[in-house]
Amino acid sequence: MSPLSRREFVAAGVAAGAGLVIGFYLPHKGSHPESFSPNAYLRITPDNKVTIVVARSEMGQGVRTALPMILAEELEADWKQIEIEQAGASTLFGDQTTGGSASIRTTWDPMRKAGAAAREMLLSAAALTWGVPRSSCAAENGQIKHAGSGRSLSYGDLVSKAATLPVPTDVPLKQSKDYKIVGQRLARVDSPAKVKGEAVFGIDFRLPGMKFAVLSRCPTIGGKVASFDDKESKKVSGVSYVGKIGDSAVAVVADSVWSAMEGRRVLNVTWDDGPNKDLNTSAIMADMKAALTKSDKTLIGSLYSAGDPAKISGRRISAVYELPFMAHAPMEPGNCTANHQGTQCELWAPTQVPQDCRDSVAQAVGLDPDQVKVNVTLMGGGFGRRLEHDYAVEAALVSKAISAPVKVIWAREDDMRFSTYRPASLHQLTATLDSAGFPAALTHRIVAPSISGQKGQPTPNNVDPDLPDEAGPVYGIPNYTIDGLITKTPVPLGWMRSVYALQAAFALESFIDELAVAAGKDPVQYRLHVLAKDQDLPFFTTTWKTARMRGVLQLAAEKAGWDKPLPAGRYRGVACFGCFASYMAEVVEISLEGDRKENAQPRVHRVVAAVDCGQVVNPGILEQQIQGGIVYGLANALRAKITIEKGRVVQGNFDDYAPLRMDETPAVEVYAVPSQEAPTGIGEPSIPPLAPALCSAIYAATKKRIRALPIVS
Amino acid sequence: MADITFRVNGSEKKVGVSPETPLLWVLRDTLELTGTKFGCGMGLCGACTVHVEGSPVRSCSTPVSQVAGKSVTTIEGLGASGLHVLQQAWIAEEVPQCGYCQPGQIMSAAALLAKTPNPTDDQITQAMNGNLCRCGTYERIRKAIHRAAGGGGPA
Repeated sequence: MSPLSRREFVAAGVAAGAGLVIGFYLPHKGSHPESFSPNAYLRITPDNKVTIVVARSEMGQGVRTALPMILAEELEADWKQIEIEQAGASTLFGDQTTGGSASIRTTWDPMRKAGAAAREMLLSAAALTWGVPRSSCAAENGQIKHAGSGRSLSYGDLVSKAATLPVPTDVPLKQSKDYKIVGQRLARVDSPAKVKGEAVFGIDFRLPGMKFAVLSRCPTIGGKVASFDDKESKKVSGVSYVGKIGDSAVAVVADSVWSAMEGRRVLNVTWDDGPNKDLNTSAIMADMKAALTKSDKTLIGSLYSAGDPAKISGRRISAVYELPFMAHAPMEPGNCTANHQGTQCELWAPTQVPQDCRDSVAQAVGLDPDQVKVNVTLMGGGFGRRLEHDYAVEAALVSKAISAPVKVIWAREDDMRFSTYRPASLHQLTATLDSAGFPAALTHRIVAPSISGQKGQPTPNNVDPDLPDEAGPVYGIPNYTIDGLITKTPVPLGWMRSVYALQAAFALESFIDELAVAAGKDPVQYRLHVLAKDQDLPFFTTTWKTARMRGVLQLAAEKAGWDKPLPAGRYRGVACFGCFASYMAEVVEISLEGDRKENAQPRVHRVVAAVDCGQVVNPGILEQQIQGGIVYGLANALRAKITIEKGRVVQGNFDDYAPLRMDETPAVEVYAVPSQEAPTGIGEPSIPPLAPALCSAIYAATKKRIRALPIVS
Repeated sequence: MADITFRVNGSEKKVGVSPETPLLWVLRDTLELTGTKFGCGMGLCGACTVHVEGSPVRSCSTPVSQVAGKSVTTIEGLGASGLHVLQQAWIAEEVPQCGYCQPGQIMSAAALLAKTPNPTDDQITQAMNGNLCRCGTYERIRKAIHRAAGGGGPA
């Protein structure tokens, strides 16, 4: 029922850059007859309130602040008069999926045009009111001003007149030099409620008479409930219902979370482990290794092809890199509130995919999608985990079963063991060097299971539909191929922050460091040499530019003081990569703790990050995203690993799947290349360069090359 | 089931729950104070941090019977009038991203400042290391604590 796959959504959104999202210019007056609402994103009322609707989900990345800034800029609004409204699942905004670092880049044009159209109509309304030429009026700071007379009217004053005017379809957009809001370090609108504990996350939402439920799910991947005995559960005070939900889970419903958990603790379920009871990670990786050398062209998807690496002779260097399954582990565990009543079902979901939740729930409970209403709550982190809709379907099914409103809550162990995991992957890199030691040819084979493929979406020509955003060429090497081979696994797969870009960058950029070492050259200078020629490298819908990659690499090297010697005991590594249409370079500075030779552990002191993501909408939010991405990326690189034994996920909580803590967090410096290009992704691009830069720093310190993550295992 | 009486944010509360119920769920489900968050259930992440008699405790691992007769402060009761100096500093330093862990972070920081008004970087790390943040806001948390302490910058 998914309207578009994640990949198609991003491509459609970017392609629609010059156009309009679906339903954009539909008049949207219905519920607010007194208001001026030329489109679904905006409502101005006579009391001079300007309400901007955010049709993406807030999971910490700042969309509730940044997206309204874009509209407010063109509207010439007074930022202080703006109120924010969160859209639920709707038919007015096109695909509302929040992912792929796409919120800004796909709404940049629609939000600007929405604001500009309203501004033009308000100008016309004022000119008509005063009987003056429209050209003598100007919009400024929430008012229309008349130059000749000094008169002014607030937007609220003009609502009734503006609402009678036709909505223009071709509106002038501001030039970046005239921006007053976009590019400013405006405070996030959501901070005060979050520091007061007043922000309502999905887990906090309450309905009168609401029950709480936890589910006991089959611990073996693909297994089912054989039978269950609820005698002990029903003795727990507060437990009101125990029942099977779907094939593989039993729900325990109670009047508090704790009672439900206690009821689940004593629930006796007999599982049918199913076909995967002997599955383990080492066998999965062995299967993938066998795929590394397959030459059957019917299995291989070509991602990028320049020249012919096979025809180039010279010194050859090869290496294989390996990455494990990982879990998102957002701080707020999975949850959803549902109220199923007869032919209606309403949800309050912390979700990145409100429309998928609506459609999946409709199918699961036997309603039409328009009988399901999805409200979007704040999310305590997403990182891609909430691109799934399992929590919503569970809540709807439990509510239907008990005919009452219910909140399903996942414990941390549920979140860890029943997640959808970043795919494990293997990478074969081979380079043929010219006489100076630079790559005349490079091949990169990516072996990984397909997230989209596992979810039943097409993988045309054996190309995973996510890779076009995440595995592009960085370098204009004349003979260069990137291809992929999709393996199958029963391990549930999901999109985790930066998706395959983490894997692709770890392999490519670690390998480039190996080549620089083999050539006896400085890794920054080596890269700059390979990037020296200005080239456009077309890769699906993106055209990568070596000049922009060079720009971020030079900026990071300069700010890190790459040319200056480090203090004794400090080492550094560098990496650059492009994904989600943005360019990123990072310099990681470390020391070693403990026994230097064998058991030394890296301590990261400083990360200098340079980004080129086009026009920056809010530099404060940009810095947050990059700082946060680096901390997330560092946790991924150091320790993140999900293992499967006997068909079950081994890790369960923050003790055996340990995120980064304050004592391990480096100082992160963020520098953005000034740009007036259209904005590109920023939520994910800081993650991929971190692991290869860190491992190259470790190599500089130890001469030991790390080709498999995590670093600490 | 038992009646347990304790003070929450200055008001006396009597709850009828089984005595081993973690304080976290009594606060969230019985008293509907949802600012205190559930993260791990094992005292590993600090999202559920509250003060009991002024000291930071992980409410997910504290049976409510242990706070009988005692005084509990949650994020909702931190600023007696208006925002606590730490909450102001958190806003000024733009700490929150998703914000889910921040009530627990602020409660840990408040307990630190109550005992150590001008903490060093090491003291901050020691006090805050039990609080996880997946958005990676740690360095801003450090800056906000220094700001609230009046130091203006890292010590």
